[in-house]
Amino acid sequence: MLKIDNLHARVAGKGILKGLSLDVKAGEVHAIMGPNGAGKSTLGYVLAGRDGYEVTEGSATLDGVNLLALEPEERAALGVFLAFQYPVEIPGVNNTYFLRAALNAQRKRRDEPELDSMQFLKRVREKLQVLHIKDDLLNRAVNEGFSGGEKKRNEIFQLAVLEPRLAILDETDSGLDIDALKLVAEGVNLMRSPDRAFVVITHYQRLLDYIEPDVVHVLADGRIVESGGPELALELEAHGYAWLKDRIAPDVAAAR
Amino acid sequence: MSVGLLDSLKAGFDASPSAPDDVRCEAFAAALADGLPTARTERWKYTSLRALERRAFVASASLLSPVDAAMLTGIPAPRLVFVNGRFDAPLSDIAALPEGVALRPLAQALADGDARETGFLARRFAHADETFARLNAALANDGAMLSVAEHACVEAPIHLVFVGAPADADIAWHARSLIELRRGATLTVVEHYLASGDHAHLGNALMHVHLAAGSRLRHARIQHDAMRGNLIARTDAVLARDALYRRIDLELGAALSRHELNVRLEGEGARLAANGVLLADGKRHIDTRLGIEHIARDTTCDLVWRGLASGRGLAVFHGGITIRAGADGSDARLSNKNLLLSEGAEIDAQPVLEIHADEVKAAHGATVGRLDEAALFYLRSRGLPLVEARRLLTAAFCRETLIVLDDAALIKMLSASLDAALARLEIA
Repeated sequence: MLKIDNLHARVAGKGILKGLSLDVKAGEVHAIMGPNGAGKSTLGYVLAGRDGYEVTEGSATLDGVNLLALEPEERAALGVFLAFQYPVEIPGVNNTYFLRAALNAQRKRRDEPELDSMQFLKRVREKLQVLHIKDDLLNRAVNEGFSGGEKKRNEIFQLAVLEPRLAILDETDSGLDIDALKLVAEGVNLMRSPDRAFVVITHYQRLLDYIEPDVVHVLADGRIVESGGPELALELEAHGYAWLKDRIAPDVAAAR
Repeated sequence: MSVGLLDSLKAGFDASPSAPDDVRCEAFAAALADGLPTARTERWKYTSLRALERRAFVASASLLSPVDAAMLTGIPAPRLVFVNGRFDAPLSDIAALPEGVALRPLAQALADGDARETGFLARRFAHADETFARLNAALANDGAMLSVAEHACVEAPIHLVFVGAPADADIAWHARSLIELRRGATLTVVEHYLASGDHAHLGNALMHVHLAAGSRLRHARIQHDAMRGNLIARTDAVLARDALYRRIDLELGAALSRHELNVRLEGEGARLAANGVLLADGKRHIDTRLGIEHIARDTTCDLVWRGLASGRGLAVFHGGITIRAGADGSDARLSNKNLLLSEGAEIDAQPVLEIHADEVKAAHGATVGRLDEAALFYLRSRGLPLVEARRLLTAAFCRETLIVLDDAALIKMLSASLDAALARLEIA
């Protein structure tokens, strides 16, 4: 479903991704782990289409469609969803209004009928109930004054309402205490389905105790240096990222 | 030589059906002697009157202008309607005034000859740059007179509507109004400036607001005049002890709109919360000048103003706060943020804080910038097209000011006005 091949990307003239390849099939959950500065967040932004992230080589396709040629909103309509590490506070924009406008914009682009406010509210209520989220979230401005945990849950709530094909979670665990982490993980698990894929970006193994991945990748210096099953995450946890240094491909090490 | 603004007004003044009294004659003579403010007048530095100066206007009384009553359907009673500055009884609805409210047109009070009631007209304007206030003092024969009795708590908002309507010639109208809240009274007022069609009139509105001890006024002013219209407005408010004045100004229309908001915090513990939006799109010139004076101890002001300029629009904002000697314990806050939406647009923002007292808290700031890139990307990543994301952020940027009203129904009404005006913004 998601196919990334030899992806190179620069930010502010500096190479961050240096030949990253990844193949994620529908229904799978892939975890991407790596030390700070490895390019984890850059991968999320490049896939979602943020300005300032320049792809210099390689490709990324979703269901065969070239993502890199599309605007962020076109990628969203295609089914890409990025849960932000730092969700943006937007004072004055009502959470519900925003989400309905976003969903309907996506549906319009896909030639699906737009949801009227009754249909939309029904969907929202269902998701709130399933995710055990209080409905006061609906009447607030997007992320404004939200605690760290509330912001992350709002991301998961948006994910649930928008029902994307591919959800990328960028360090959704950062800044959360264990209870908040469990709630977020539970939300993600409820959203798992045979036709949806997850890419879970994280620094710590902890999140993977609650969201069990099918494949774990280790990202270091802009490329995947190791892939394996869930046991790879445990190995990393035991040895730390320092253990990776010896495993970086020789040409990369030589270039330093 | 062609007849200019002041000459044409003089012709109207000389032709007054009843002989003007001394106050009016003196005010008019002073206006003529000092003339219109020029580019060298500090308080008018960013707003040129040169184009206006060369134009001739007729007095409103001489022309009849029919108004489409349908445009008032969204404005409930009680409402007082003025067309080109003259009271319009059929369009007004003050049959059922809430208890404790007195509301009638100034023309009526003048006809009744109650000197006590119209005593506020005697005020003199001493400064050479107060030309429009002087012209107003000389020429205004109508306006709204609204007062609320002691401790009366009025729930339903009172609407004051000033409609500009097309006529065979360009009209200069002058309206002078008074809102007076007695001790402990509570009131909500909405002041509308609307156009019932295309015109290039000159409106001159002078509003006095007197808030007695412990009174509370919620005041919204929506300026949505004709695209070619000119409006010079001034509001002078005085707050006594513990009075609370919540206010919003939405500057959404007109070709040229200048508003001076002067507030004197004269009584201890008086509080002002005044927000506003200046929308300068197209070729619109919007100029708002605040003059807030902390005179008594422990007075507060909280001012949140947002400016937007697009096309070839120009927004001018002067936020002047003075804390006088003796006004210890005062707290003044001004936030002025501006969005520049196109290359050809201009914003002049000037926060000015003068402190002559001790132990005061004051914070002020003005910024001019563009929409937040991180917020834009966030919205787009959820599927909103770029144009829609920009529109949403722009609306949010303005809507923030409305919370000052602390009244859901009123906020909803003003949001609708704001959204309608923002919808015409060209957001590329």
